[in-house]
Amino acid sequence: MSKMHVKMTVNGSQVEGLAEPRTLLIHFLREQLGLTGPHIGCDTSHCGACTVDLDGKSVKSCTLFVAQANGAEVTTIEGLAAADGSLHPLQEAFREHHGLQCGFCTPGMITRAYRLLQENPTPSDEEIRFGMSGNLCRCTGYQNIVKAIRAAAAEMAAGKEAAE
Amino acid sequence: MIPGAFDYHRPRTLDEAISLLASLGEESRVVAGGHSLIPMMKLRMAVPEHLIDLREVAELRGIAVEGGQITIGAMTTQQEVIGSEELASACPILREAALQIADPQIRSLGTLGGNVANGDPGNDMPAVMQALDAAFVLRGPEGEREVVARAFYEGPFTTALGEGEVLAAIRIAAPAAGHGWAYEKQKRKIGDYATAAAAVLLELEGGTCRKASVALTNVGDTPLHAADAEAALVGSSLDAAAVEAAAAAARAIAEPAEDGRGPRAFRVHLTGVMVARAIEAAKRRAG
Ligand SMILES: Cc1cc2nc3c(=O)[nH]c(=O)nc-3n(C[C@H](O)[C@H](O)[C@H](O)COP(=O)(O)OP(=O)(O)OC[C@H]3O[C@@H](n4cnc5c(N)ncnc54)[C@H](O)[C@@H]3O)c2cc1C
Ligand code: FES
Ligand code: FES
Repeated sequence: MSKMHVKMTVNGSQVEGLAEPRTLLIHFLREQLGLTGPHIGCDTSHCGACTVDLDGKSVKSCTLFVAQANGAEVTTIEGLAAADGSLHPLQEAFREHHGLQCGFCTPGMITRAYRLLQENPTPSDEEIRFGMSGNLCRCTGYQNIVKAIRAAAAEMAAGKEAAE
Repeated sequence: MIPGAFDYHRPRTLDEAISLLASLGEESRVVAGGHSLIPMMKLRMAVPEHLIDLREVAELRGIAVEGGQITIGAMTTQQEVIGSEELASACPILREAALQIADPQIRSLGTLGGNVANGDPGNDMPAVMQALDAAFVLRGPEGEREVVARAFYEGPFTTALGEGEVLAAIRIAAPAAGHGWAYEKQKRKIGDYATAAAAVLLELEGGTCRKASVALTNVGDTPLHAADAEAALVGSSLDAAAVEAAAAAARAIAEPAEDGRGPRAFRVHLTGVMVARAIEAAKRRAG
């Protein structure tokens, strides 16, 4: 079973590579593209550490073959900061509100929260908890993660208003 | 965990998918959202040599509600089911059940068709489809046929889907306006399969139940259509005695496995609790 030619847009850049169809997207991102932001936590579709954005949806990249992602548009945690290096409001808020301890779950948390705030820019705490329920954290107890997402939502809404 | 090697195919039409299935033979499998199949492949409990990805088959997508008839393409994701206002008003139990499946990331790829075709007794949509008396549209080399959800499930991972057939769509006669509905699911945590769950649909007329549907998830080798529980409700005012009679009828057919979700007796008991709660919730909503 030969390798296939895969092409996708990752964090705004066209990338290409040869991979076996069975290669999981997370391995392609980490090992072939060197994007080690998305982590492998459970490898069984439970923890959400491997979450990336695929064609405008949050997905667990440990449960998707690279072949399925061929032609897709992918955003990882590496793609969230601005080109000048300034952090995304969610990244700022996680730092400010102590939304992480060991940091292992954080790339998946932030990438998922990024999509959640696109889907619902003004979530209630309950909606944040439900929207983040595919991401597990062994450290924080979630309080500060919810706080950080709430703060980022307010920040992004204010930024949008200022721009209008 | 690395799955076995396979060749990957991405047909653009349903005919192409069906002819690929026919020519590649029994070592080929279709993949929809992949959120049951890929975990099985990672465990090497499934080792297909060819994967036929249905993601670009446009005919398998879309939701239509017309003249009391609901048609949902097999590749419609759970997230799309939840997001459809049309479905939420014509058949609200679908959104209620979909919101209790797995987690947001899994719902963004997992499909309704995959959920009902999979044949895992833990899947939530099969019982909902039995309660709705839905029909599955199957397409194969010999053409199209329909199998009702109540006759589709034969055993764990064994269904009426023939070799070479693809589930194309799900057809549901929209429940009557003013019906009551509920999907009650007990699970240990988000992303867990049911310890026990019940789907209930009710129609009331002047305080009397004139139609009832009850089906159960994950308390048998297949989803269970609880006809005796329905009979206990029809003609009653859904008073406490009728609710308990329906719960007892559901307990009588439950044969749950003994697993991490609890001993058999507990899950049988819980089956009755889920049925009673679903009846109460559906009754409150009917009107
Ligand atoms: C962590 C986790 C938690 C989960 N929790 C739940 C839960 O609580 N409730 C629940 O119901 N499910 C749960 N699931 C399963 C999930 O909902 C799956 O998405 C669903 O069971 C299968 O749908 P799919 O589109 O992913 O199908 P796939 O995984 O792609 O396919 C499943 C099977 O169906 C076949 N198939 C798929 N589509 C078709 C078709 N159109 N025609 C013929 N055959 C087809 C495939 O060949 C395969 O054998 C969970 C999954 C995970 C990983
Ligand atoms: S590594 Fe993908 S969900 Fe845990
Ligand atoms: S910060 Fe350690 S797992 Fe979340």
